[in-house]
Amino acid sequence: MPDAPLQRLVDQVRAAQADGSALCIRGSGSKDFYGGPLHGTRLDVTELRGIGSYEPTEMVITARAGTPLSELEDALSAYGQGLVFEPPRFGGGTVGGMVAAGLAGPARASVGAVRDFVLGMSIINGRGEILQFGGQVMKNVAGYDLSRLFAGSMGILGVICEVSLKVPPIPVDQASWELPCSLEEALRRSNQWVAAALPVNASAWEAGLLRVRLAGARAAVTSGGARLAREFGAQSMEGSEARQYWDDLREQRAPFFAAAMSSARTLWRISVPALTPDLDLPGASLVEWHGAQRWLLSDAPPALVRERSVRAGGHASAFHSPGARDQFQSPLSAPLERIHRSLKQSFDPSGIFNRGRLYPWL
Amino acid sequence: MSAVSLAAKFDDAQLRKRQELVLATLGAVLPPQALLHRREDTVPYECDGLTAYRQAPLVVALPQTEEQVAAILRICHHHGVPVVARGAGTGLSGGALPHRAGVTLSLARLNRIRNIDPLARTAVVECGVRNLAISEAAAAHGLYYAPDPSSQIACTIGGNIAENSGGVHCLKYGLTLHNVLCVKGFAGDGAPLEFGSAALDAPGLDLLPLIVGSEGMLAVVTQVTVRLTPKPQLARCIMASFDSVEAAGAAVASIIAAGIIPAGLELMDKPMTAAVEDFVHAGYDLNAAAILLCESDGTAEEVAEEIERMRAVLQDNGAAHLSISRDEAQRLRFWSGRKNAFPASGRISPDYMCMDSTIPRRRLAEMLRAIAAMEGKYGLRCANVFHAGDGNLHPLILFDANDPEQLHRCELFGADILETSVRLGGTVTGEHGVGVEKLNSMCVQFSAAELEQMLAVKRAFDPSEILNPGKAVPTLHRCAEYGKMHVHRGLMPYPDVPRF
Repeated sequence: MPDAPLQRLVDQVRAAQADGSALCIRGSGSKDFYGGPLHGTRLDVTELRGIGSYEPTEMVITARAGTPLSELEDALSAYGQGLVFEPPRFGGGTVGGMVAAGLAGPARASVGAVRDFVLGMSIINGRGEILQFGGQVMKNVAGYDLSRLFAGSMGILGVICEVSLKVPPIPVDQASWELPCSLEEALRRSNQWVAAALPVNASAWEAGLLRVRLAGARAAVTSGGARLAREFGAQSMEGSEARQYWDDLREQRAPFFAAAMSSARTLWRISVPALTPDLDLPGASLVEWHGAQRWLLSDAPPALVRERSVRAGGHASAFHSPGARDQFQSPLSAPLERIHRSLKQSFDPSGIFNRGRLYPWL
Repeated sequence: MSAVSLAAKFDDAQLRKRQELVLATLGAVLPPQALLHRREDTVPYECDGLTAYRQAPLVVALPQTEEQVAAILRICHHHGVPVVARGAGTGLSGGALPHRAGVTLSLARLNRIRNIDPLARTAVVECGVRNLAISEAAAAHGLYYAPDPSSQIACTIGGNIAENSGGVHCLKYGLTLHNVLCVKGFAGDGAPLEFGSAALDAPGLDLLPLIVGSEGMLAVVTQVTVRLTPKPQLARCIMASFDSVEAAGAAVASIIAAGIIPAGLELMDKPMTAAVEDFVHAGYDLNAAAILLCESDGTAEEVAEEIERMRAVLQDNGAAHLSISRDEAQRLRFWSGRKNAFPASGRISPDYMCMDSTIPRRRLAEMLRAIAAMEGKYGLRCANVFHAGDGNLHPLILFDANDPEQLHRCELFGADILETSVRLGGTVTGEHGVGVEKLNSMCVQFSAAELEQMLAVKRAFDPSEILNPGKAVPTLHRCAEYGKMHVHRGLMPYPDVPRF
């Protein structure tokens, strides 16, 4: 039987379905700036909060969508576990919003995306039905993987109510190193180091300087760092300065992002194969994920940015674009667009959830 | 009623006419040797690894190129002919069981490795490339493809995509989903599709996790871009024996609680240990209630540090005997029993049925006690191997298939194991898929609304329901016939109502 907070949400969904009115699913609002513009009456998920169960020996935590990320991470750190994919909190952040936005931080290229840590969830679909998909175990292939589909879906398919997440141990040791080099060298070096089984956990290149974070077993971090120093002339970063650097990068507090968020120019998040050469686009750039995620602050025409990204085998999304929020994502092929429309229809037949948040037509 | 569901009811005369139509239309786009229809040629395709279920297809098509695959789909879609995709046919849930009025689309000839990029650590391969062949091709670069299902010498990467296959090392290295960047293929109507990207994400909804594990029902995958992993410098294995399953289970929990993620963590119960020791003579402790194999891999320093931590935890949890492999030969010997669980079981019983489910790790002792009770109830023996790291259980029920009464009891025993798994908070399939084998059990794991949502997702991808109809997700009609009730999250509905 749903409890009162859950029932209130179900009732609000059913009422909206009945008259086809738009709902705007909202947690703490930390990602209000992200994606398409907000439409409709607020469906407030913050009342639906609390950690339902946490089994450190199973590496699984189950929490309601409105649970603040800070509460979740505090519970996990007591057992040396964590959200190793480093989702940004942007000063707030809830479990449901973290999953719906699907954003991951500096460690993503090494550990996986938000989706890779989702084990299961319960949702309210557009018919007001409470559905559960996946479960609390990693090895689970019963039916279609609908819970992982919700990661990054921007709330257009349904209301996330509760999520079960895999929560591995946080690395025992970490150390960071820096090396002046060109972008081309940075791409080659960081990928070579990963291929050589060095415990590379994050990398960032900006203005001719590459920084890498090694993380894992003490022995591996120590010997890996010694190799970086000996063979490549890398300089060690001081411990607390390094932690601050990666935290600022994760939360987009670093000067590059501070400038971006107060600018009229678009901040692009360009996602390309890691070894893609310089895209040669005007503006300031910061490259993460061993080359696979490239931030670009630019007033270049959107068509040019997208064309270069697509030609490289990737795509560009307008991460922060206050003047033009209807061009969030790159267009899809015709067959994929058909599937998107049909999937939306199958979950949300009256089109009430987060209209326009992913694509204007969805 | 769709063309496909009409086809399911064809009589023999209609089937013959249909076969002629299919042969004529596909014959226009395929060379003669790529089309099989004579019984003696199609027999090998009548079942997959679930040999108890057999069905002759109308036709087997063996394309060699993606263009041919697309042409086959366009033609079948036009005529409402169901299409069942098949890789190596090693699947254990009947996912590749043919449709009596359909085409079995064998993808085994799309077996070219297109590209290996050692610096980017990716490989682009056609769907028919064998899992192990990818690792063999990558070995020269010090890389391998991590997911290692037991059938990896034969199974195809396309099949791995269909089932989201795991393997002994998936606790540390992930499932197929975690090791794939991009898949290309075709929709049921032959339209080209691409899911995921060579980049780390793609625009719009993340459809890759929907495709991986979709058992050939949402799209036909023809090309896969996989992630390659650096080969670890070395691996060492601890073999530990325990006087009780409870103690072994507690040891497993302690390993995880200590923040250790072993490369492999496997358990064999006493009956299984007896069976395999008789077969491989590896020196297993026959008195042990449970044997645990706990593996560490990485650099020499990492392994030294981790093996010592593992040894301490296992010792603290009351391991009666404990050996650490001193060299590669001994490590392989420790594993030989576990890896030969199936043939070893085949020696002590005319037949066995390998079950597959997942439970939360901490419920293992409870589950094994329940299985021991079922042995009495159904009059059949059962030996167990357990992917202790992730809770995935493989009970092997021993029986004689020549006795139809035993087969029936075996199926009831299997269904009981699956339903108990759901009651304990787990799932009816950990890695083998639902196929046809577990359609009924899906009625227990999911509510009517959840099944309807899945059926709607299927229709969103494949509105004509051409692709592998009748598999994986049961209709509500079927659930009503099966008559079982949905058991929700370990809680029985109407707990006060007496059970018969």
